[in-house]
Amino acid sequence: MFYREAGDFKTSYVADNQTFPIKFDRYRYYAVLVVAFGIIPFVINDYWANALLLPFLIYAIAAIGLNILVGYCGQVSLGTGGFMAVGAYACYKLMTAFPEVSMFIHVILAGGITAAVGVLFGLPSLRIKGFYLAVATLAAQFFLVWLFNRVPWFYNYSASGQINAPERDVFGIIITGPNAPAWATYLFCLIFLTACAVIARNLTRGTMGRTWMAIRDMDIAAEIIGVNPLKAKMTAFAVSSFFVGISGALFFALYLGAVEVGEAFGIQKSFLVLFMVIIGGLGSIFGSFAGAAFLVLLPVVLKVVGADMLGWPTDIVAHLQLVIVGALIITFLIMEPHGLAQLWRVAKEKLRLWPFPH
Amino acid sequence: MLDASEGYITEDGRKIGGVVMEMKNITLRFGGVVAIKDISFDIREGEIRAIIGPNGAGKSSMLNVISGFYVPQEGEVWFHGQKRPPMRPYEVARQGIARTFQNIALFEGMSVLDNVMTGRLNYMQAGLFAQAIWRGKAEREETENREAVEKIIDFLEIQHIRKTPVSRLPYGLKKRVELARALAAEPKLLLLDEPMAGMNVEEKEDMSRFILDVNDEFGTTIALIEHDMGVVMDLSDRVVVMDYGKKIGDGTPDEVRNNQEVIDAYLGVAHD
Ligand SMILES: Nc1ncnc2c1ncn2[C@@H]1O[C@H](COP(=O)(O)OP(=O)(O)O)[C@@H](O)[C@H]1O
Ligand SMILES: [Mg+2]
Repeated sequence: MFYREAGDFKTSYVADNQTFPIKFDRYRYYAVLVVAFGIIPFVINDYWANALLLPFLIYAIAAIGLNILVGYCGQVSLGTGGFMAVGAYACYKLMTAFPEVSMFIHVILAGGITAAVGVLFGLPSLRIKGFYLAVATLAAQFFLVWLFNRVPWFYNYSASGQINAPERDVFGIIITGPNAPAWATYLFCLIFLTACAVIARNLTRGTMGRTWMAIRDMDIAAEIIGVNPLKAKMTAFAVSSFFVGISGALFFALYLGAVEVGEAFGIQKSFLVLFMVIIGGLGSIFGSFAGAAFLVLLPVVLKVVGADMLGWPTDIVAHLQLVIVGALIITFLIMEPHGLAQLWRVAKEKLRLWPFPH
Repeated sequence: MLDASEGYITEDGRKIGGVVMEMKNITLRFGGVVAIKDISFDIREGEIRAIIGPNGAGKSSMLNVISGFYVPQEGEVWFHGQKRPPMRPYEVARQGIARTFQNIALFEGMSVLDNVMTGRLNYMQAGLFAQAIWRGKAEREETENREAVEKIIDFLEIQHIRKTPVSRLPYGLKKRVELARALAAEPKLLLLDEPMAGMNVEEKEDMSRFILDVNDEFGTTIALIEHDMGVVMDLSDRVVVMDYGKKIGDGTPDEVRNNQEVIDAYLGVAHD
């Protein structure tokens, strides 16, 4: 009986409304923060940063963003890759136009620009739903990739058509370009992920979140109790795209360094983030973390176990990954739409009553 | 019997005020189907106004016109002495009109508490930024409105399920949660579409008691649709009777009960 809420009584509505109402959860959360901020930066190396940590942090931000739109507000989007590209190109243009401005500002502004673009492409959601909306966002995806390929202004007329992140620092510490130390890029992304997660949690536990969920669960009833559907959907698109834009900016500037838009932000990216949200759990911030961790870890684990330890051919390993992801998506969609997060909740509920379930 | 401007006192001592809502010559068509045919009636402050009639008579359509969900082809809606311009349903809600639905329309993916909290959306004004950092107005509003919601949860005796996801509740409790969500808005006018449909006798008695208490304690004006004639006669001050989109009776329960057209309509229903 090490996980319990018994004796942990709430005497005020504020206490009842905390992010982690159960003490044990709160302590675990602090422990994770201490490890993430206090220990990992000292032991990190380039391999861990590039293979696991950076992609995890960055995809988690994208997954939180998409989860707000799909999981909380019920608006399907297949345009995540395109919106990440908006964040990346906005960040690139800002970095090259204003080299002396802090990267913090650039990344936040890139998020803001993506939010505006997201609202624009979200407008059809006022008229169409479900499958048709998915197709409309898919069109946005292809349009945006095409735009960044075709208009040289976006890549500063470079001969390759690529964008390359110039070297930039924050408070004198280099965080972009080949000379950036792993711990610095890691911390920079971690700060953004933490902030995004806290903001997302705050928005989803309050008025905004209830408005989104009301639209998701029954839009007609939502409107009749006083929800302005235009405002609800547009804020969901804006907030979601803000996060996705930030993740795109980080993905380009800190992780890849050089980007060819179709390759880095193509339709497969949209699906990857959507799969993270589905596997992790629709409508759960924690699920966004779980889904991102799972899909970042899976290929690495398969490679280490399958290819390196068992000596399987690499193409088999790659196919195996597709099979596993496909099977999981189907399983989760049919059996547990709330994903890993729900499995975790059920496990906790069992643990809470253990060893006396009655 | 009824004075147009002033109110009157009911037999059980409740004060009924002047007219708050007036429907004037409402006609609503769906293609060739005429759901409402030139109907006029009014609702007085503090009264419980019933709308009865056989299935398909147009009762739900009438509530949908009041809540702005359907726009009638002809006729006018007057609220608080003013002609109401065409409005979106959420704008109607902001004028102080809340409702429940014939087929429960709760937010199934949310807890009871969150469902009832959505009823207070119109009292929450904190901006996106304040909500994002959960400080100042956002935090204050959350607590204040939670207090208001807890009062309603107590009032409707649903404390024990406040954290339960709505999808796990039995039908009767869902109806009650839906009433709680409507009450959370502290409406001036409450519209109830068959609040007791599908309930057993005990649940019906509970619901009748709640409706009377809401009216009595908060002075809420209520318009309700109900099939059970016994319930209607017990609860309501005045009754509108509809049949095939037309109004065939309007008056106190006793007047309506003795109206020949009403008797025919109901006997007709009993035979098919
Ligand atoms: N959205 C709609 N589209 C087409 N016909 C409708 C619609 N809503 C109601 N009707 C029709 O209007 C008539 C009245 O329906 P309704 O108001 O639901 O009746 P009641 O609530 O009295 O049972 C019925 O003939 C119904 O088929
Ligand atoms: Mg009806």
